[in-house]
Amino acid sequence: MDIHEHQAKEILAGFGVPVPRGGLAYSPEQAAFRARELGGTGWVVKAQVHAGGRGEAGGVKVCKSEHEVYDFAKGLLGRQLVTRQTDQNGKGVYRLWVEEATDIAKELYLGFVLDRKSERIMLVASSSGGMEIEEIAEEDPDSLVRMVVDPAHGLVEYQARELAFRLGLTGDQIGQMVKAVRACYRAYRDLDATMVEINPLVITGSGDLVALDAKMSFDTNALYRRPQVAALRDPSQEDSREAMAHDNGLAYVGLDGDIGCIINGAGLAMATMDMIKLSGGEPANFLDIGGGASPERVMTAFRTVLSDPNVSVILVNIFAGINRCDWVAKGVVEAYKAEGLTLPVVVRLAGTNVDEGRKIIDESGLPLITAETLAEAAEKAVAARPKKAA
Amino acid sequence: MAILIDENTKVVVQGMSGRIGKFHAEEMIEYGTNVVAGVTPGKGGETVLGRPVFNTVREAVEATGAEAALLFVPPPFAADAMMEAADAGIRTAVSVTDGIPAQDMMRVKRFLRRYPREKKMQLIGPNCAGVISPGKGFMGIMPPHIYMPGRVGIVGRSGTLGYEAASQMKALGIGVSTSVGIGGDPINGSSFRDILELFEADPDTDAVMLIGEIGGPQEAEAAAYVEAHMKKPVVAYIAGLSAPKGRKMGHAGAIISAFGESAQEKVEILSAVGITVAPNPSAMGQTMADVLAKRVAA
Repeated sequence: MDIHEHQAKEILAGFGVPVPRGGLAYSPEQAAFRARELGGTGWVVKAQVHAGGRGEAGGVKVCKSEHEVYDFAKGLLGRQLVTRQTDQNGKGVYRLWVEEATDIAKELYLGFVLDRKSERIMLVASSSGGMEIEEIAEEDPDSLVRMVVDPAHGLVEYQARELAFRLGLTGDQIGQMVKAVRACYRAYRDLDATMVEINPLVITGSGDLVALDAKMSFDTNALYRRPQVAALRDPSQEDSREAMAHDNGLAYVGLDGDIGCIINGAGLAMATMDMIKLSGGEPANFLDIGGGASPERVMTAFRTVLSDPNVSVILVNIFAGINRCDWVAKGVVEAYKAEGLTLPVVVRLAGTNVDEGRKIIDESGLPLITAETLAEAAEKAVAARPKKAA
Repeated sequence: MAILIDENTKVVVQGMSGRIGKFHAEEMIEYGTNVVAGVTPGKGGETVLGRPVFNTVREAVEATGAEAALLFVPPPFAADAMMEAADAGIRTAVSVTDGIPAQDMMRVKRFLRRYPREKKMQLIGPNCAGVISPGKGFMGIMPPHIYMPGRVGIVGRSGTLGYEAASQMKALGIGVSTSVGIGGDPINGSSFRDILELFEADPDTDAVMLIGEIGGPQEAEAAAYVEAHMKKPVVAYIAGLSAPKGRKMGHAGAIISAFGESAQEKVEILSAVGITVAPNPSAMGQTMADVLAKRVAA
């Protein structure tokens, strides 16, 4: 789960990371008021969206007057911000962060991620901050410092100190860096984060460290024990179909094609999508219906897939283990009738209670297309697409 | 003798008193699995499915000599149950639980490392279908009738895609020695490499079907192992050719986040070490049949 920059900054500040002073605004008036409240002669106004690349997309501006703050905020609020990390629809801007301007002498990169190879938390840092970590890895790989943290004793102080020296810091900056690195690690560990990124971590003109931007993501499996993190969820930043599916216990990812997929198991779902592609079609979505799918859950899956207007065929592929083919078949028949479907539906059932399931499909009298194998199902789904004018 | 489980393996079911635990334990017993006990804290002294239930795994091991454990424990308590099994002397533990926090698994992996290799518990999963040695026994949630006994090992992240492979092979008359689901989480107990090692040493396994997917470094690690140590042929399939970068495809671990983690890159890495990669998910069985035929001819 992602959160906004201002939320990440607030969390990290609570653990002891220095951040610039700032305030949240939901209207242009409020943004101008925040600027006056902060005082000074320069402010940075930043769109709060769950995506990187805001600066180059016009979502961040350094302003020199309250009027400028007001005008920029007015143009930005309510807009869809399209960045290189969003799809073509972008993300809605509903709140802004107004911050005192920072005098930047140098930009560093500091990140914490889950390293799947060592199966531990890994610290990644670079003296080349300001660009994406992928770019740093490409353009200045020698500047990257990586350290793995042993969960038995956590991040040890000398590791943070060593990191500070390797980044070329001197004097008071060493102590500040040690404090900031340890604070980030504690935030990661204590809140079940999956990612903490400060980019850039700047050295100001007066030589102090400040987190100019911050990003945090969290382990959704751990939200049950982190209610304060769960409360930060912002549905306005989520795809509404994916969020709805998730709330109904379905894993759904929208894609660009027209063959709607309802499948059990993530691996089989991906494999079925691959098979559709190899058969000359394009999947409209990934959907894992999960184990123990009741007829009601199958109907919810149908409604989710059908809410995508591009869907012209539905492919149901179930290899039942803890699922039951007869339940799934019942759900398919009920959904077909309840939704008054006219588009072609291909059904492939295998595994537990397959004979009962097929019998329900065959005896339903509905024009459902049945398939025995995965390949046959994909081919039939591709063939069943209505012919479009080129 | 297959790997991880056979007809003699004494199995304890952690969480057997629960609805789901009981349901699957019953299926396992029906199939012939040697289920000797259940463990549910606070339910010690009760009997479920004719088996004694204990408060702790240690008591169950002392009373029955259980050597393997299947865990039906909800996510908040799953990591603790794994560590309890390890300290009680369980040799093989299978966790089917989906939704365990990543940091809990990090702690479990660190905990298991306290034991020397020969005493370390082999953890399978979490978020997996389990382990089955067809005709002998199983620990997990798979439909056992789709597996035919035989001499090909299966190891995969996905449960249902593993079923698909087993049924394709069955249709071609190819049986399975043992099928192992290692699970779809980013941090799991056993990697592809761990299971490949067991299959390579198993006299009842002639070849291995490896079913991977996008995300993570484990397929590449498996490729390095196959190249350096494996004599038995390996057939592979990697799911997620059509998956976009940066989107999580159901499994917490199925997300392309680094170089070498896309399906295409994994196919290249596996092919480069001589692993035969099935061109599509419908060809897993046929590709294995071709590789076995070539082996007999040679």
